Amino acid sequence: MLAKIKQEWFGNVRGDVLAGIVVALALIPEAIAFSIIAGVDPMVGLYASFCIAVVIAILGGRPGMISGATGAMALLMVTLVADHGLQYLLAATILTGILQILFGVFKLAAVMKFVPRSVLVGFVNALAILIFMSQIEHFHGENWIMYAMVGLTLAIIYILPRFVKSVPAPLVALVVVTGAVIYMGFDMRTVGDLGNLTQQLPVFLIPEIPLNFETLQIIFPYALALAMVGILESLLTANIVDDMTDTESDKNKESRGQGYANVTTGFFGGMAGCAMIGQSVINVKSGGTGRLSSLVAGVFLMFLIIALGNVVVQIPMAALVGVMIMVSIGTFDWSSALNIHKVPKTDAAVMLTTVVTVVVTHDLSKGVFAGVLLSAIFFAAKISKVKVTEQLEQNGAKRNYYVEGQIFFASVTDFVNKIDYTENTLDVVEIDLTRAHLWDDSAIGALDKIEGKFENHGTTVVYTGLNSESQELKERIGGLSKASGH
Amino acid sequence: MYKRILLATDGSDHSLRSTEHAIHLAKCSEGTIDVVFVIDGDTSKKDVLRHANKIEIEKRRREKIQPVEERLEQSDVPHEVHMLHGEPGPSIVKFANEGEYDCTIIGSRGLNQLQTLVLGSVSHKVAKRVESPVMIVK
Repeated sequence: MLAKIKQEWFGNVRGDVLAGIVVALALIPEAIAFSIIAGVDPMVGLYASFCIAVVIAILGGRPGMISGATGAMALLMVTLVADHGLQYLLAATILTGILQILFGVFKLAAVMKFVPRSVLVGFVNALAILIFMSQIEHFHGENWIMYAMVGLTLAIIYILPRFVKSVPAPLVALVVVTGAVIYMGFDMRTVGDLGNLTQQLPVFLIPEIPLNFETLQIIFPYALALAMVGILESLLTANIVDDMTDTESDKNKESRGQGYANVTTGFFGGMAGCAMIGQSVINVKSGGTGRLSSLVAGVFLMFLIIALGNVVVQIPMAALVGVMIMVSIGTFDWSSALNIHKVPKTDAAVMLTTVVTVVVTHDLSKGVFAGVLLSAIFFAAKISKVKVTEQLEQNGAKRNYYVEGQIFFASVTDFVNKIDYTENTLDVVEIDLTRAHLWDDSAIGALDKIEGKFENHGTTVVYTGLNSESQELKERIGGLSKASGH
Repeated sequence: MYKRILLATDGSDHSLRSTEHAIHLAKCSEGTIDVVFVIDGDTSKKDVLRHANKIEIEKRRREKIQPVEERLEQSDVPHEVHMLHGEPGPSIVKFANEGEYDCTIIGSRGLNQLQTLVLGSVSHKVAKRVESPVMIVK
């Protein structure tokens, strides 16, 4: 146990420290930009990334994964901030954390397997589209300089990594573009125009909200959506890090860790966050696989902000918009769009439904819900197909039906209708259920119904080949319905 | 001479050519072949997003190198497949040097010229840093 803790923390010190520094540099532009998306001061996102990264380093279930303020979460809180303000957001953040802790305590991570892949793909695509759309408003009433600076930012972000890989390109872009704007004396909107940046450590605060039922009514729907989306993205990221490092991780512990992190960040003036796919990939690629990298990332981020806060406020919005466009391009799963005609139609429909629902409602959790619902319907439709083949025997005195499929409430109508009851010359009808499975009351009811229909012609119905589970069900329920029905 | 041969592959047609060379070499010296297939970070991300669970991911990856495996099965050369996770260049180098192979075989490129220019070629890195003799199959 102690050896494991030691390994997780100090098994890879050099790699973790270097990767942590790279991640901290990459986190700054995103934390600021996500704050602006949410409609709060940049400090709220920066405090969140600091608190969450530090708490997750200690309590998370997936070493090597990076968590902080994220776009998915920021997008969910826009209306809460606009309608009720920051204090309600902080309260909602704490409640989000509590819900996530409960999620982990009751070991609900396994529920994730019911969220199909096409919903997850739809989720990330919708997220990318929303981040992109949220950047468009920054172009309103701007001149060519804005476009040029966004272009310059993107050019640096995409061209630089081809030559220099050790420094995160978005940060270089931020520095260069900020320098250029200040040097040329362009009058552009900056981060400072959109919010305050205080160069101090976060302090413990209890959100100033009335503690009553009305407050709960306001924040609960937001907290629930935040909790679900946060867990969804965190566990998805954990799976990616699992695969990248070829190791396993405790998903329930990670859920609890995300919860503790959000409770903490809420009390220290930060917004709710979750694991970040892009940053985690950067971390592992830079050599960070232990708990130390997340801690270093958080602490170094805070150090930079305290040391360089007065520079940060001068970052032009154009540079941040460029970074966010990069984030949205990187988040979008392009191959899912390019191969949409190749995947099964139902998968494509589920993915598109998720995307459209999110883009229309601006709520990722609603999109996920719609996607899961639709795929459940598709699944039920697919599984409720019953195949029946027939064969005549004994000179037309006996007919055999071979049934293939799942017999349950959704498939019984189809099943019963596939049998021909008009043949009145038969002595015996044998229904072979070797390749079928009876699941519920309706299945047994269907068998009784078939028997009943043939009884009119004096035809005996024999059921054969029931598997033991179906046989048991038939005896248990069948006996009852017979006794009461006849 | 070449008892232990390492074959780095990406499952492309090109790497099938390297497989032929590996088999020939192995037969000459009655050697064995270890196949390595590297899954990099972006592939991890894509695969986890795309496939329902670990088992399916594993299956898809196996399918990718199936042509190489089938060819090795036919050849009767004893062989083993290893899946590595990380950046292709350094992962292959580390695996090759730790395994003390007699020869490392790799295809010259699965990429087009622009991609090679931009990303640097894996085979070049491998040739430079692997301690065993390296055969780059053109």
